Amino acid sequence: MKGQIIGISGPTVTVNIPDLKLYDRVRLGLERLQGEVVHLSSGQARVQVYEDTRGLALGEPAEGMGRPLSAQLGPGLLTGIFDGLQRPLSRMAAAHGPFIRPGKLLSPLALDKSWQFTPDRAVGDTVVVGEVIGTIAEGSYFHPIHAALAGTLTMIASGPVVLKDPIALLTDGIKLFAHEEWPIRQPRPYREKLAPTVPLITGHRIIDFLFPLAKGGTAILPGGFGTGKTILEQSIAKFADVDVVVYAGCGERGNEMAEMLEEFSELADPWSGNRLMDRTILVANTSNMPVAAREASIYTAVTMAEYYRDMGCHVLLLADSISRWAEALREISSAMEEMPGEEGYPTYLASRLAGFFARAGVVETMSGKIGSLSIILSVSPPGGDFTEPATQACLRTSGAFLMLDTALAHRRHYPAINWFQSFSLYDADMVGYFEKEVSPAWNHNRQKCQALLQRDEQLREVAAIVGAEGLQDSDHLLLEVAERIRQDFLCQNSYSDDAFSTPELTAEKIHNIITWGEAAEKRLADGEDLAVILDKGKP
Amino acid sequence: MRLAEHQYKTISSIRSQLLMVEQVTAVRLGEVVRVIGPDGQSQEGEVLLIDGHTVLIQIFGECRGLDLKESTVIFTDAIKQAPLSPHMLNRVFNGSFLPIDGLPTPLPEKWVPVAGVPINPTSRARPEEFIETGFSAIDGLSTLVKGQKLPIFSCAGLPAKEIAAAILKNCTLTGADQGQKQAVVFVALGLSHYEYSFYIKTLTAIETNFVAFINLSSDPVVERLLAPRFGLTVAEYLAFEKDMDVLVVITDMTNYCDALREISTSREELPGRRGYPGYMYSDLASLFERAGRIKDQAGSVTMLPIVTMPEDDITHPIPDLTGYITEGQIVLSRDLHRQGIFPPIDVLPSLSRLMQQGIGKGRTRDDHRQIANRLYKYYAKGRDLRGLEAIVGRDGMSGSDRNILDFSETFEKEFVNQGASRRSISATLDAGLAILKRYGLEDT
Repeated sequence: MKGQIIGISGPTVTVNIPDLKLYDRVRLGLERLQGEVVHLSSGQARVQVYEDTRGLALGEPAEGMGRPLSAQLGPGLLTGIFDGLQRPLSRMAAAHGPFIRPGKLLSPLALDKSWQFTPDRAVGDTVVVGEVIGTIAEGSYFHPIHAALAGTLTMIASGPVVLKDPIALLTDGIKLFAHEEWPIRQPRPYREKLAPTVPLITGHRIIDFLFPLAKGGTAILPGGFGTGKTILEQSIAKFADVDVVVYAGCGERGNEMAEMLEEFSELADPWSGNRLMDRTILVANTSNMPVAAREASIYTAVTMAEYYRDMGCHVLLLADSISRWAEALREISSAMEEMPGEEGYPTYLASRLAGFFARAGVVETMSGKIGSLSIILSVSPPGGDFTEPATQACLRTSGAFLMLDTALAHRRHYPAINWFQSFSLYDADMVGYFEKEVSPAWNHNRQKCQALLQRDEQLREVAAIVGAEGLQDSDHLLLEVAERIRQDFLCQNSYSDDAFSTPELTAEKIHNIITWGEAAEKRLADGEDLAVILDKGKP
Repeated sequence: MRLAEHQYKTISSIRSQLLMVEQVTAVRLGEVVRVIGPDGQSQEGEVLLIDGHTVLIQIFGECRGLDLKESTVIFTDAIKQAPLSPHMLNRVFNGSFLPIDGLPTPLPEKWVPVAGVPINPTSRARPEEFIETGFSAIDGLSTLVKGQKLPIFSCAGLPAKEIAAAILKNCTLTGADQGQKQAVVFVALGLSHYEYSFYIKTLTAIETNFVAFINLSSDPVVERLLAPRFGLTVAEYLAFEKDMDVLVVITDMTNYCDALREISTSREELPGRRGYPGYMYSDLASLFERAGRIKDQAGSVTMLPIVTMPEDDITHPIPDLTGYITEGQIVLSRDLHRQGIFPPIDVLPSLSRLMQQGIGKGRTRDDHRQIANRLYKYYAKGRDLRGLEAIVGRDGMSGSDRNILDFSETFEKEFVNQGASRRSISATLDAGLAILKRYGLEDT
């Protein structure tokens, strides 16, 4: 399937290759740039190109690869850093130097790296599709290898193996490999989707206590610039109680990704004690990389996340930020001269996003295990205006909304999550879990805490008009309790040891503040002096 | 590669700075073309779009005098490149990289495409080396580090150019004493002649080597998009091939964005917010992300772009998108300027995201973080209290609140305000500590 370039408009190229299918992969020009068919008409096709098209010439060759854009899946993804097209950035740097030049391709997985394989099946055994035939030690993780085809084993490897060689043979010489390819835009199959019932613990008190997330659930973190979206996302990536974290830096800063890579290689996972990077996969498509690859990057990330989910892992996918993805979609749509919707975004923005969110969930996998994929996306609304299309499209489908507040960030109150505007649709289910597993007083303290914060806000409005002197002693006490909740409970400095709080610690902390407040209230009612109460017995 | 330049006389339309050429057989996207008018005048342009054998060309200069019949379009088979050599230092060029200081063009050592290629994130070195600007409000509370991009958000009428000039003059990068070479790349976009003379005077007075790209307000608008790319290509060359620490100052990014809007509109692209093109974020990122350091290399590119916020509005698309890309921002305040404070930096919305790595023991001083946190905390509180003061009056406030109000005022008058003097980092921290002590706020 070969043809030529007959037109170029920014990131889209028109080719005259016959017999292409929609979403087929195409290689373009002498540099063999990568692209994907997005539009077919008779005799010609529009290709979305994932690399810089500058310098591409009319009449240069184009070739259809006969299959869609796929991710390579297998041992070696963990600890890796990839770009939006799953190019392995560490090996790219070693092979081609510090700058990413177009057309340079390396296989995402190191196919000649040696791995330790322990077979679970022997020659002569009959295997069915999806059955585990052995495990590969991927760092500290035992990576099960599933049979892609059914048959009787005539050979199975043991000990050191490399991915490019078959790991087992079936009768008739059918080869089984330890890695596979999967089209990134196609969700991986599962037997059944289940309702999320277990909380995703983030180590952040305001989230776990007031707006709990669920394993298999979704959440968005919208906020203007400087509100700490990236720090919060990275901090959740550090502390979440999951087996695998996929972090996609989508159209964000290169320095941040470098810093994260370095930091995660040094820090330990608070749950397992292993190196954080051992459970992490980074996808870095920085803001200066081609936009079309940015559009693909979140699909590359979610496909790798689903791959680990299918092995029965709890996986968390974080993407920073989905607004940059939406902008990439807008740019491509406009290059294809599609009819624009609100603010120039294509009208399919909401449905594409909904489709992406739908890849989250708790599932019974094809091999009968339970795995989950949770998705947390940051949103960068222009001008901090939450009425813009990308935020609104996210709001309709996500399960939790953690709104980052510029005013809180200016006061250096981090995480700057606004406790009046944010919500979690999972709270009813999760509160039950915490009450059962962590503390029976969880819900009581939670309601009390919410009521205090609400009353605090009203009192501050009053105080702003009549002055603090115009308030009664009981109001002053309430302001003091609320202040402690804000400063000692809701605030968490991500550069200190306090950055991570277990649910037990969270429960204890709030319990101390609330019971102190209740006791102080009683003493005040009994006629004790407010100044005396506030001076003594701080929790 | 084509063997010879080929030329066409098949222009089918000319509209503002766009040419449509028909029956072109071989052409690249982004290819540089020369258009020769009937009077022999030559203009440079670039291929924007290819649709079959029809090609759309953007002209960089003026289209005056071009016609459909006689004008010739010559395709050069090359994309836009910058001629680089060490002899560019201490020279002044226009937005097309032609010298405007009366000296001959330096002989290029090599030609490099101006668009640049992304740095592999795994090759980036963490920016953590402190840069001393001499301004307390920056060095103390929003510290700049090597390889960072930190814009100055100004408002019309505020002394952004004096601040830029002072930084050009006073800025020292650590390691300078160990023989690390420094250079300044100065890019001016849409400058009036008055500002131009001011900056040229500043540049010739500083000791550091510089390369300047000057696009005056009367120069072609397209050159405003080219000049920063030339500047950054030069900066990358000096940093990563000549091992220099390069500070890139671009003023004013608002003129850059307006040029982008003007050209996007003339190309009939779909407008986004306030008429700016939808790809403005990616376009700005393609400039700002070129700042950085690379592992195992001595040089660095640090960027200090200046943005004038239209209508003093920080949510305007230009400062908004800039803030999303850069690693923090320095915000100037009209209020402080009215009180005669220089530099009028409002430290509350100002932020350096990379400050954490750049300060502390071995970098600045081990009490830096502590002093900065305290100053910030009490000043923020003082600013909150001013709201209350306006309602209940000073007499209605408690003693400790009045103390904090006084502290905030002193902080503005003595710490932020420093006039023309330059403070070393240790003088900055000492000044901050002294003010905290005076109000009994040094430890709580």
